[in-house]
Amino acid sequence: MPPYAGPSASRSEDIAGTLRLLVALALAVALMVADHRGGWLASIRSQLETVAQPLWRLAGLPAKLGDTVRDDAATRMRLMRENETLRNALLISGARIARLQAAADENARLRGLLGTVERGGLDVQLAPILDIALDPTRQRLVLDVGRDQGVRMGQPVIDAGGLLGQVIEVRPSTATVLLLTDPDHAVPVTIARNGIRLVAYGRGDRIELANIPTSSDVKVGDQVVTSGLGGRFPPGFPVGTLVRLRRDESRIFLVGDLRPAAQLDRGRDVLLLRRAPAPPAPASTTPASPTSALPAGTAAAGTAKPATGATVQAAKPPTGAATAKPSATTSPAPRNAQATPSVPAARPPAAAPVSPTPVSPAPEPVR
Amino acid sequence: MSRVRRPWLLPVSVFAALLLGLLPLPASLQPLRPYWLALVLAYWLLEDPDRVGLGRAFVIGLIADIAFGSVLGEQALRLSVITFILQRFRPQLRFFPTAQQALAIGGLLLNDQVVVAATHFVLGQRQEHWMHWLAPALGAVLWPPLFVLLDGLRMGRRR
Repeated sequence: MPPYAGPSASRSEDIAGTLRLLVALALAVALMVADHRGGWLASIRSQLETVAQPLWRLAGLPAKLGDTVRDDAATRMRLMRENETLRNALLISGARIARLQAAADENARLRGLLGTVERGGLDVQLAPILDIALDPTRQRLVLDVGRDQGVRMGQPVIDAGGLLGQVIEVRPSTATVLLLTDPDHAVPVTIARNGIRLVAYGRGDRIELANIPTSSDVKVGDQVVTSGLGGRFPPGFPVGTLVRLRRDESRIFLVGDLRPAAQLDRGRDVLLLRRAPAPPAPASTTPASPTSALPAGTAAAGTAKPATGATVQAAKPPTGAATAKPSATTSPAPRNAQATPSVPAARPPAAAPVSPTPVSPAPEPVR
Repeated sequence: MSRVRRPWLLPVSVFAALLLGLLPLPASLQPLRPYWLALVLAYWLLEDPDRVGLGRAFVIGLIADIAFGSVLGEQALRLSVITFILQRFRPQLRFFPTAQQALAIGGLLLNDQVVVAATHFVLGQRQEHWMHWLAPALGAVLWPPLFVLLDGLRMGRRR
């Protein structure tokens, strides 16, 4: 930087200032283009973001503190009410799981008959969200777990409702999740009703199904689930509900708007899918009695399992993630209480968990 | 202003502005978040121009880009533009009464919002919520208290 020439800014000083501005602008634009295109800057960027970790942690502190205080301040009355609600929900899910177990067994039998390879079991890890406000133009989340807790690149991320996104960056103790709604995100999906294969793209604040042939049997209200093609996302996770169909610019194809099944902007925790080492043992290894498989704090076991139709060994919250919730075991649950309705995978998450409707009359539970 | 009092205040205030930018807010208030970094930088540009220039503003912008996760260079560009304008009009701005200064800062932030909209348009990113256009007003309202606070901290007790 040239030295400041003094109070009497002359003409040449003005010009020098303008020149410096132009240099700065050119540099900034070059950086923006390079970063926007991805490429070599991405690796440098992820290195630099490691440095930003402490800052994020610090910025996430007030929210975490607020949660703790709120949890601690919960009155006995409220806790009792919550407890009752949860017990109720547990009962319902227990019943549902029992039903699903029968379906899973039958599924396994049929698979055995068909001679197909059994899919590997699924295993999840509870991961708290680091609540900080990143630039809203990119749809991302920062998780409070990282490489040290076993998070890997490309891991699918789900919540009670369905698929949320995938891990795109892993740092020692944090990880970044690209949400389904990010413009850079695409998921291979199928229509749950008839198995039509499509691709769902993020469009900022919603998800879009592109290039639907006009002749295909796709209707508003259809449930869309992951198809498992490409191998990144396991099949059968709800992605969203089709809320609108319209013609695209070419007027040859239809475009569908999806309402995400996952709660993209709510909740304090998400679930990371860890593919179990995929033991070749078939589906005979069923989980224990459904009630014991559901620990109070983590609705984890209940969510991932039935949606896939594959058997799940056990969903154990890892040590690192579990420590983030210091106090009462029941307290994190209310927000996760929505976990229960997702059990019949085809059902939208709207079904209130509190309603004492027993085992919902779901004729075709899971596929 | 012969000697720099409390030299730590500049980095600390910038750090605090970064933190305030990252702090989670309720979703409804999110778009109204004032651009703290610009406000803090504006204070230093007006009051202690020897310590902050275009180069520093650029670097601070890059750090903010990494911290906020925006496209690398976006905030650097915004802060550079702000710095340039403030440097150019510093003699006038310094002797404005507070209310008028706040108004000018509001205008500056509005201009910044235009820069943001333009960059998002060029990069093909999603445009921000319309409420973002109200954030400059909040920034202008916050300017006088922020100015008094930073000035008080920098000068310490008057001796």
